[in-house]
Amino acid sequence: MFNHILLQTPVPRDLPLDLPLPKEVLIVLLVFSFLLHILFVNLMVGGSILTLWSQIKGLKDKDYDTLAHEIAETITVNKSLAVVLGVAPLLSINALYTVYFYSANALTGIFWISVIPLVTVAFLLTYAHKYSWKVLENNKSLHISIMGLSVAIFLFIPLIFLVNINLMLFPEKWNTIEGFAHALTLPNVFPRYFHFLLASLGTTGLFIFWYFGRKSYDFESHFTTLTRYEIRKKAYSLTFGASAAQFIIGPVVLLTLPTKGFSWHLIFTIGTGVIFALPAMYWIWKGITGKAEDIANNFWKVALTLGLTITFMGSGRHIYRATALAPHQKLVEAKTIAYEKEVKKATEEMKNAPAEKPASDSPGETIFQAKCSACHAMDVKVVGPPIKEMVSIYKNDAKGLHDWILKPGKKRPDYPQMPALGLSEQEINDVANYILEQK
Amino acid sequence: MDFPIFHLDFMGDRLLIAIIAVLHVLINHGLAVGFIPLVTWIEYLGFKKGGKNAIVNNEWDQLAHRLMTVAFIITTTIGAMTGVGIWFASSLVNPASIGSLIRVFYGAWFVEWTVFVTEVVLILLYYLSWKRSLVSIEAKAKHIKLGAALSIFSWITMSIIVSILGFMMDTGSWVENKTFIAGFTNPIYIPQLAFRTPLAALMAGAIGLFLTKLFTKNGSSFQQDSSKKIALWMLLMLPFTLAGALAYYFKIPELMIGNLPVAVGTMDFQSWYDLLVKFIIGALTTVLLIAGTVYFKPKLKIPTIVYILPVIGMLGFAGIFERIREFIRKPYVIGNYMYSNTLRKEDYPLFKRDGVLAHATYSPVKEVTEDNKLLAGEQVFMLSCSRCHTTHGINSVVDKFENMYSLKAGEKLNGDLMKNYIKHIENARYFMPPFPGNEAELDALVEYIKHLQEDGTPIDNPVTSMR
Ligand code: HEC
Ligand code: HEC
Repeated sequence: MFNHILLQTPVPRDLPLDLPLPKEVLIVLLVFSFLLHILFVNLMVGGSILTLWSQIKGLKDKDYDTLAHEIAETITVNKSLAVVLGVAPLLSINALYTVYFYSANALTGIFWISVIPLVTVAFLLTYAHKYSWKVLENNKSLHISIMGLSVAIFLFIPLIFLVNINLMLFPEKWNTIEGFAHALTLPNVFPRYFHFLLASLGTTGLFIFWYFGRKSYDFESHFTTLTRYEIRKKAYSLTFGASAAQFIIGPVVLLTLPTKGFSWHLIFTIGTGVIFALPAMYWIWKGITGKAEDIANNFWKVALTLGLTITFMGSGRHIYRATALAPHQKLVEAKTIAYEKEVKKATEEMKNAPAEKPASDSPGETIFQAKCSACHAMDVKVVGPPIKEMVSIYKNDAKGLHDWILKPGKKRPDYPQMPALGLSEQEINDVANYILEQK
Repeated sequence: MDFPIFHLDFMGDRLLIAIIAVLHVLINHGLAVGFIPLVTWIEYLGFKKGGKNAIVNNEWDQLAHRLMTVAFIITTTIGAMTGVGIWFASSLVNPASIGSLIRVFYGAWFVEWTVFVTEVVLILLYYLSWKRSLVSIEAKAKHIKLGAALSIFSWITMSIIVSILGFMMDTGSWVENKTFIAGFTNPIYIPQLAFRTPLAALMAGAIGLFLTKLFTKNGSSFQQDSSKKIALWMLLMLPFTLAGALAYYFKIPELMIGNLPVAVGTMDFQSWYDLLVKFIIGALTTVLLIAGTVYFKPKLKIPTIVYILPVIGMLGFAGIFERIREFIRKPYVIGNYMYSNTLRKEDYPLFKRDGVLAHATYSPVKEVTEDNKLLAGEQVFMLSCSRCHTTHGINSVVDKFENMYSLKAGEKLNGDLMKNYIKHIENARYFMPPFPGNEAELDALVEYIKHLQEDGTPIDNPVTSMR
């Protein structure tokens, strides 16, 4: 019988509080704030990978060490923005998908919470790395290992998030999933992961292209042999290569998604995104293969079209989720309404039930049953001494009994302390009288 | 009820949240809200003291910069991540309560977020443009204004969060009309704010004084001058902190005050409550003495170790207040609306009628039978006790019963007594919510706890095993 229940799709109830804003507004906020967040996450992850790569290359060629240092400077800023920009999508997904998000969190609990210490450590490592460039000049292997460790953490964290976001989509698995490692094996986690990594590299390529191309950037004072053009060409090539690979990984992501979330709307949205990427690829290619002075000619057009691609992909991601969860959300809604009705009914029934007869006619005994009987009985020790013992202590001292109940204390070494119970003056007198009547 | 249950059976779920939250508050108050105005002030003093030919006085400016380096590194790593960590931990431990709070406070949190983004951008600008600000008088003046703006934004961030904290303790009229404004203007808001503002400044002063001692040359006149200024800052904040603490204390609703003694530690140490008051007075007196000495007798040689005392005192003081705040709202997580077992008060009649298991989405058993008693008991424990108790870890339910009945080693628990106790649990100890289930579930719970006492190992099943 247990198995029977375990194999069913759980249908929890939603919180019985209205959404804070109309649903559509929340969705728009969710999609856009998420894109903003993920942009800086991409730059943080991509930037740290490139720093590591460049610094290793820098062991042979000093200019690459300088390049690594320059990129490292940007990680500190991008990572702070990545975190703070993550709050808005977190809030919105909490409000919109309360049941789904929290269930996925709970099912991968230890890993979910370990995001906090892991990211903290990775951040501290990036600072340690950035500020120890001079100090560790002669101990490059240690210096590079610091970055290596931080890159390793940055590469692991996205998996935790992806597993959660993925698990949200499958209420039918919630009863049988056993933790993070198990959830990793759901189809689609790894394709999405590589999709994300490629996006990080592609975005960072564009960022570097822009960063080292700025007029205000005093290139020559930093580099001796590397030229602006070389760096920009490399950055563009990275974006090109990563985006080209997306044309393979992208379809894999789509095909490994369970079909329950497919719709023409989804295909159309993703397709539009792909179409915008095509001219961008063409312009980048022209930049890489064209004359050195023309490399930046189409940069803003590239950034804009790829930006549109990402926006469409992000919306597609939401459309898939909405379609995949719609049937389950209906069940949840129906269950919530039915449940609230039952709550009302049970509350009414309780109100209308003939007032429960007090435990006794004597108010003192009633209070004793409610407030004292958890710890005291007539003639055996429970938590505190039996009534018999109280009577023997206080039979000629009603005031003493009153004072004890008002402000109990600690007397017997082998008993715990009796807590104050917050009774009114009248109640104390009633219960004290009741005790003293027991002979 | 509606979420798979996450449970840390050794450390306890409360401790997880407490550690993250206390760390966050200490960093937020001590190194951001109170600290940035202090740094900006020192920077400003350096600016004023810059002679005819200099933009700033270098010693002062460098001190401000170094202090800011510490604040920058810690707030943008541990500070930021513990802030997010509170959400993550709450979503695991109390999903229903954090979810409800977000539904009510989404607007406030969204505004908070925009303020927070501004704050992060400003802190990046302020810290990373420090060197560039040294090129001209205008640039420096602008930089100082940036510091002032950052100070204001960090204070606004705190003031919004405080409202939400206040709401969790006292829901005011929200329970009746469930509007955003009602929640936001709950009665405990102003006292909390009045308390936290000078508290943050005082904590920052204590940390700043200690760091200044480390960052400046011992015995130098600059060390004396700069320490004197920070001591003055502390002395000015002290009376406000004391007044704020009192205002806060008197506003805490009556029943919560009743909980205060237990909040401080475990019940065995109720009498420690007096000690707490002494500790607070002690911390403030230490601050008074040391800041006073530094201010009035700047030449006196004080060993560095002594400077740590106000820091520890202030952090301890703030930490204890947080701990109490976390505890005094019991038995509720959201005052009068949701108990700390995350069950809504208004749902209790239904639970009493049908039992909790019948409505627990993830419980593999919906009704107690002779065969499934232990499994059912474990589920009941998870639903009604596990947010605060573990089986054998910190605040273990078995230990609690054994100690309460003063059992000697080897003595067995008595099921009937336990049943009677749990039935009246909210009367016996009003920081615990009433038992939600029906008679059969009570029976199963007691069987389970007795089983725990004998067996020592919790039973393992896929729904509640640790993930
Ligand atoms: C949480 C358990 C608990 C509850 C509830 C409780 N008591 Fe007690 N009571 C104790 C304990 C434990 C002692 C023994 C304390 C000691 O000797 O240190 C005690 C002792 C007493 C004594 C003996 C005092 C003496 O001078 O030796 C009296 C009288 C008493 N309780 C009355 C009451 C009354 C009346 C109530 C209900 C209003 C009540 N108690 C509720 C635990 C409790
Ligand atoms: C709000 C959180 C909370 C919940 C929920 C809760 N408890 Fe407790 N319980 C506490 C705290 C806090 C203490 C006191 C611990 C201490 O300081 O010693 C306590 C103490 C106890 C004690 C010892 C009381 C005494 O007088 O010595 C028992 C027994 C106990 N709990 C049983 C239970 C049982 C059974 C449940 C579930 C039905 C439960 N508790 C639910 C917080 C909780």
